[in-house]
Amino acid sequence: MFGYYLDMALHSLRRNRMLTALMVLAIALGIGASMTTLTVLHVLSGDPLPGTSQTLFYPQLEPRDMDGYQPTDEPPDQLTWIDGMNLLHARRADRQALMTGGTVPVQPVQSSVDPFYSDARYTTADFFPMFKAPMLYGRAWSASDDDSKARVAVISSKLNDKLFSGKDSTGQMLQLGDDAVRIVGVLDRWRPNPHFYDINISGSYGPTEDVFLPLSTARDLKLTNNGMMNCWGGHNDHLEIAPCTWLQFWVQLDSPAKVAAYREYLTHYSQEQKALGRFQRPVNIRLLDLMGWLDYQKVVPSDVRLQTWLAFGFLLVCLVNTVGLMLAKFMRRAGELGVRRALGASKRALFAQLLVESGVIGLSGGICGLLLAFVGLWLVRQRPSSYAGLAQLDMSMLLTTFLLAIGASLIAGLLPAWRACQITPALQLKSN
Amino acid sequence: MTVHPILAALRRHKAGVVLIVLQIALTLAIVCNAVFIIGQRIERLNRPTGIDESNLVRAAQAWVGAPSGDDAASVEKLDELQRADLATLRGLPGVQEVAASESLPIQGMIWSGDVSLTPDQKGIDVQAAYYYGDEHLRSTLGVHLIAGRDFNAGEILHRTIRGTEASPVIIVSKPVADKLFPKGDALGKTVYQDGKAQPSTIVGIVEQLQTPTTDSWGNPFAYNSILEPVRLDGVMASYAVRTLPGREQDVMHEARKALFAANPKRIMPDSWGVQSFSDIRTKAYRADRGMAILMGVVCLILLGVTAAGIVGLTSFWVGQRHRQIGVRRALGARRIDILHYFQIENLLIAGVGVVLGVLLAVGLNLWLMTHYEMERLPVLYVLTGVLAMLAIGQGAVFVPARRASNVPPVVATRAA
Repeated sequence: MFGYYLDMALHSLRRNRMLTALMVLAIALGIGASMTTLTVLHVLSGDPLPGTSQTLFYPQLEPRDMDGYQPTDEPPDQLTWIDGMNLLHARRADRQALMTGGTVPVQPVQSSVDPFYSDARYTTADFFPMFKAPMLYGRAWSASDDDSKARVAVISSKLNDKLFSGKDSTGQMLQLGDDAVRIVGVLDRWRPNPHFYDINISGSYGPTEDVFLPLSTARDLKLTNNGMMNCWGGHNDHLEIAPCTWLQFWVQLDSPAKVAAYREYLTHYSQEQKALGRFQRPVNIRLLDLMGWLDYQKVVPSDVRLQTWLAFGFLLVCLVNTVGLMLAKFMRRAGELGVRRALGASKRALFAQLLVESGVIGLSGGICGLLLAFVGLWLVRQRPSSYAGLAQLDMSMLLTTFLLAIGASLIAGLLPAWRACQITPALQLKSN
Repeated sequence: MTVHPILAALRRHKAGVVLIVLQIALTLAIVCNAVFIIGQRIERLNRPTGIDESNLVRAAQAWVGAPSGDDAASVEKLDELQRADLATLRGLPGVQEVAASESLPIQGMIWSGDVSLTPDQKGIDVQAAYYYGDEHLRSTLGVHLIAGRDFNAGEILHRTIRGTEASPVIIVSKPVADKLFPKGDALGKTVYQDGKAQPSTIVGIVEQLQTPTTDSWGNPFAYNSILEPVRLDGVMASYAVRTLPGREQDVMHEARKALFAANPKRIMPDSWGVQSFSDIRTKAYRADRGMAILMGVVCLILLGVTAAGIVGLTSFWVGQRHRQIGVRRALGARRIDILHYFQIENLLIAGVGVVLGVLLAVGLNLWLMTHYEMERLPVLYVLTGVLAMLAIGQGAVFVPARRASNVPPVVATRAA
């Protein structure tokens, strides 16, 4: 029976080629646009470390003076050197890492390669195990390397390819300006998205750094810092004692009890600092988990959200348009439907037949929409934004597209088919 | 022609009418807001920077193997390198003026701070962006000085960004002067920057100078700028170059060559090494332009789909009423009457649609205002949208309506 309905549907659709094309195109454009924007949104609001993110937390303290104080102020987004070091050395979490971004001048050993600057991350030993950064060669440095300001580095596989043609470079020296550091590890491909541990670097979705150095070493070598820095109450030459927040601090807390205990610790620490006179404002701490932090920082560009809403509005108009046209088309065939009813076709049979017809429209619209989504994502990838390269259709989005297409076609078909079935055969026959 | 028979006929197509009304309303709501967003973006990227943007080049670079410390010897060494570069650039043919210049408007790299009337920052406190540079900075950028004077060579300090020394003299933009001294007597007054103990005297006021950031957090102080008489010493240094008219491209090319010839131990990547100001402008507003174009395309397609929908639906109604039209023609209705019938019918439907659409547009705007940085939708946009929607409706209905008017009266005598 389905084959017969399909045959009828195709026959009917062929009778009004222009109209059929219009309906398919409208659905295709709507689905194409929604899927493109939804995929971008999905990629951008994704979890950078699935499976691990719920145990990672970002502590915030309120170290500022009373200048311009508002009771509703949120604590600063970063820590001062003193607080960062205190929290790091307290070791109250399962793992903890203090970090900042930077740029280092890399001088290749080969004279054929010009010197260049690489983005760097100055951090502490727990960074690698805490963020599950995979090692291709060697290992990360240890906490004792942090303490001894060891001249060691971990480099990305990209830099390893560039400098050492992808060979195991552990033990080799990396020349940074006038100083040299020993490579102890090479990272495997690793690009958490967004660049969650420091979202102020290269538009939140930038690539992973190429050089990782112990924070203490980087300070010792006076390497350049990058990123956001906020100061208050007079400047100071020395960042180590300056009232400036410029460090990111992450902790790993494996159980809810530990989270509560750490929160307690942060409050206690703030009270202590207040008693010492270092902190002046009322105690104000935050301990957001990774996804909560990204949400609080509004990492997903609002333009992308806006575009998604726009695309779904667009899809809605396209659907309404198709429902309207389909309805008009079915109603026009009232006579034909009346004859079929009079000849014994049940309401259900008519309904099924009409639904097949609208289903064909919806499905072809969905398939064209999927193709359009591929084109749309290709266009997004051509754009110069930092997240452009990430705009790929994954399995879950592909599935969503199909569900959306089938759902859209059913919605577009149900109402017209149902309305058309409400025909009284006798009336239709008589009027003709 | 009376409206009554049209309404009576429409009552028989309730579902179809409701759908087309809904479509027109949704289209109007989306298009109004989208066009408003486009307008805002265009307004944003047309904001003046206050500088003379043509024939302006920014050369930025980083030295390799230069000292990076804050000690006096490192600072002197870095300053020496910087002065050598400035001399190299000044010697190039086609160059009119060169200035040490840490940043440029909308370029992205921003240092900002607070200026107040007292060292303890009580009372009036104005946030502003700092433009570090030498005595040539104002004239090289082509910023209009409305009061006071430029820095002279003897006033130029040099230090690292972390240096705590206050600038004895500063030049402020007019919004900064007006906020600190509402009476308009800012010139010659002293202010305090970032809680530093030493005062800074305002020696000049420039008319307009946008800050280096286009991010939303910078919006509250978008034109609060202060010129600091400081050559910043660091591993990275950048220069503003004013070229003779039409020599921009030559100078960009030559500057790169000359700087490398003078000292090859430096890095100047294509992405940020030597750029014309128009490159900087394009980069700064890329996202806004992209958004405006996308919105524009979506609007056009939406209007197209809606127009096509009206054509399709009206065509069906014309086909369905083929015989009735014939009867009316046979009973004496003129062609123009039939044409008007469909036009008025469309006007009624579109009219209801736009009324609903205006409500939806305002609702959508209110929703956007609470969730995104949106302003209130101006009435003009809504009115234009309403007229455009009605016009599109009339345009779309014309072809099927004319086909209807061409139905000959003899149809009435034929069996369907």
